[in-house]
Amino acid sequence: MAANEVLLNVVDLVKHFPIMKGVLIQKQVGAVHAVDGVSFDIVKGETLGLVGESGCGKSTTGRAILQLHRPTSGSVFYEGKDLVKLKGESLRKTRRRMQMIFQDPYASLNPRMTVGQIITEPMLIHDMTTQKDTQGHAERLLKLVGLNPAYTSRYPHEFSGGQRQRIGIARALALEPALIVCDEPISALDVSIQAQVVNLLEDLQAKLGLTYLFIAHDLSMVRHISDRVAVMYLGIIVELTTRDELYSHALHPYTQALLSAVPIPDPAIEANRKRIILTGDVPSPVNPPSGCRFRTRCPIAAEICKQIKPEFREVSPGHWVACHMV
Amino acid sequence: MSELLSVQGLETQFRTREGIVHAVNGVSFGLKEGETLGIVGESGCGKSVTVMSMLRLIPSPPGKVSAGKALFQGKDLLKMSDDEIRHIRGSQISMVFQDPMTSFNPVLTIGRQVSEPLEVHLGMNRKQADDRVVEMLTKVGIPNPRDRLNDYPHQFSGGMRQRVMIAMALVCTPQILIADEPTTALDVTIQAQIVELAKRIRDDLGMAIIWITHDLGVIAGLADRLAVMYGGYIIETAPIRDVYAHPSHPYTLGLLGSLPRMDESGQRRLVSIDGLPPVLLEKPNFCPFAPRCKYVVERCWKENPPLMQVSPDHTAACWVNPETGRER
Repeated sequence: MAANEVLLNVVDLVKHFPIMKGVLIQKQVGAVHAVDGVSFDIVKGETLGLVGESGCGKSTTGRAILQLHRPTSGSVFYEGKDLVKLKGESLRKTRRRMQMIFQDPYASLNPRMTVGQIITEPMLIHDMTTQKDTQGHAERLLKLVGLNPAYTSRYPHEFSGGQRQRIGIARALALEPALIVCDEPISALDVSIQAQVVNLLEDLQAKLGLTYLFIAHDLSMVRHISDRVAVMYLGIIVELTTRDELYSHALHPYTQALLSAVPIPDPAIEANRKRIILTGDVPSPVNPPSGCRFRTRCPIAAEICKQIKPEFREVSPGHWVACHMV
Repeated sequence: MSELLSVQGLETQFRTREGIVHAVNGVSFGLKEGETLGIVGESGCGKSVTVMSMLRLIPSPPGKVSAGKALFQGKDLLKMSDDEIRHIRGSQISMVFQDPMTSFNPVLTIGRQVSEPLEVHLGMNRKQADDRVVEMLTKVGIPNPRDRLNDYPHQFSGGMRQRVMIAMALVCTPQILIADEPTTALDVTIQAQIVELAKRIRDDLGMAIIWITHDLGVIAGLADRLAVMYGGYIIETAPIRDVYAHPSHPYTLGLLGSLPRMDESGQRRLVSIDGLPPVLLEKPNFCPFAPRCKYVVERCWKENPPLMQVSPDHTAACWVNPETGRER
C-alpha cells in the first residue's frame, strides 16, 4: 500500500429509487432505500471487499460511486474532487480513471461489435488513440488479460464465459484506470474458471498497481482477494475492518451469522460446526425497520435497537461497527 | 442397508443443430436406503440430465435415453409404461428444482399445488389433503400455514418458496428425494436454513436423498457419498470424507484447489484448472479431462479410463495416481 494515500472517499452516500404511481399524472408514493448513508475510504493499491446478500445495496453503492446512478445525497471524493458535483465533460474526464467490470459476461458485451472494437471504443472516446492505432492497442490488451491477440476480429459469442469476462477486464483496463469496481465479476462463472479470473485480477493488481472495490456475495472469495472488507445489510454498512480481523473477530451479529452460514469444503470440519441460523428473510428496503435495521432477525436484539439507530463507530483502530450490543 | 436405486450404464443424447450432444455417457451409481448421495460437477457436466433421464423427464425429441437401466426396487424405470412411471414420480421419487420462482404455477394457490400429489397419488379429498399440507408446511417452517394455503407463489420470498417446494416434494413421503441445485439461487443465510431443514427432515423421515450441486462446500456437511461428474462421466466416487481427504482424480483435486476457504488464513494463490470444459459433440475415445490435465500421460490420449478401484469403496477414472504422479 502506497503510504496509505486515500484514493476514494465516500461520505454518507444515499441512493433512493422513487416508487411512482398513477397513469397520467405520476406521483411518488414511496422510495426504495437502496443505499442509506454509507461512508468509507479506499486506500490506493488496496482491495476493499463489499459483501452482503442480494438486495442489500452493494451493487447500487458501486454504481453510485461511478455516478452511473446519480446519488440522492452524499459525496464521493476522488483525489479531492467531489464526483457528485461534477457534470458533463469534467465528469467524463475524471471517470476515465474509474472503470467497472460487470457480473454478466453475456449481457455486458455488445454482440454486434468485434472484440477489438469493444476493447478500444473507450480509448477512441477519450481521444487516447486514433483509429489506425486501435489494432495494436487491442492486441496488447488481449495479451495482458491472457487471451490470444489474434482474436481481435472475433465476436463475443465465439467466447466462453470466462473468456468474455477477460474481454470485459481488457475493456476496463483500456483507459488505464486507477480504480476498478468489480461488480460480482465471478458469480456467473464455473468454479474452475472463477479461480482463473481471480488469479488474473490479482496479477493485474500487482503489475499495474490497481485499486479494487470488489463486490461479491461469496465470503470465501472475498476473504481470499480483499485487504479490508465492508459488510452491508439493507442499505447500510454494519461492519468494516481488515480481512483478518473480520474473519477472526467479527463483532456485528449479522457478520457472525453470515460467516457461520458459509460452508467449508471439508466434511470433517462441517460435521462439528455450530451454525447461527438466522430466522426469516431480509425486510423490504421500501419500509426498513426502525432503529437498527437488523433487529428483526437479530438473535440479541434489545429494546434500544427498536428506538435508536446504532451509530457506525470505531471500536478499535480500523474496526468499525454499527451495533448497540458491541 | 439394501440398494434402493441402481443406475447402470445410463446414456443420454440430444440432437441439436450442431450435431449430437453426448450429455451422459454411461453413468452407473447406486443409492441405499436412507443414504444421501451428492452429485457434483460444473455446468454442462450432465448431472441434471442424469437424474432427469432416470425419471424420464427428458423431452424427446430432441433428447433420447439410448442405453442403460435405472432399477428402483428391482423394476426398471426406463422400461415402465407412462402410467407406471407417473405413479412413482411425485409419490415415491420426488424432485426439488433449482429455481423456486419458475417451477411453480403462478396462477394456482400454494395450497392447491402442494395438495395435488395427495389427490392424484393417494386419492385424498380436498379436506384431508389440506390437513396434510398444513402439517407438511409446518414441518418445513412456514409460519401460519393454514392462512397461507390461499396465497400465490409470488407472495412468498425465495427461501420460503423453496421450503414450499420441499413440502410439495415430501407430502407423499417419498423414498427418494432428488434435489437439483436447491440452494443455488438463494443467499448464504437462507441456504444455511434450507440445508438445516433438509438434514432434519431426512433424519425424521429416513428417506434417501440425491443432492445435485456445483458447490463442494454445501455438500461437505450433507452427503454420505459423493460422485464427481465431468463431461458426461462419473470420474470419481467415494464416501464423502475420502473425496476431500484423498482426491484421486486430477479434476477433483483441481476443483478443491480452486476453492478459497473461509477457514484459511494467509494468502494462497488459487490453483486454477486451465482451459475449458469439453464440448460434448463427440464421444471422446480418450480421457475427457486430458486436455486440461496436469498429470496427463500418453495412455490418456489412447484410452478413456474406466472407473477403477483405488481403495475399498473409492473409485476414480484416471490412469495416473495424482498423489504419486505415476501410472496406476
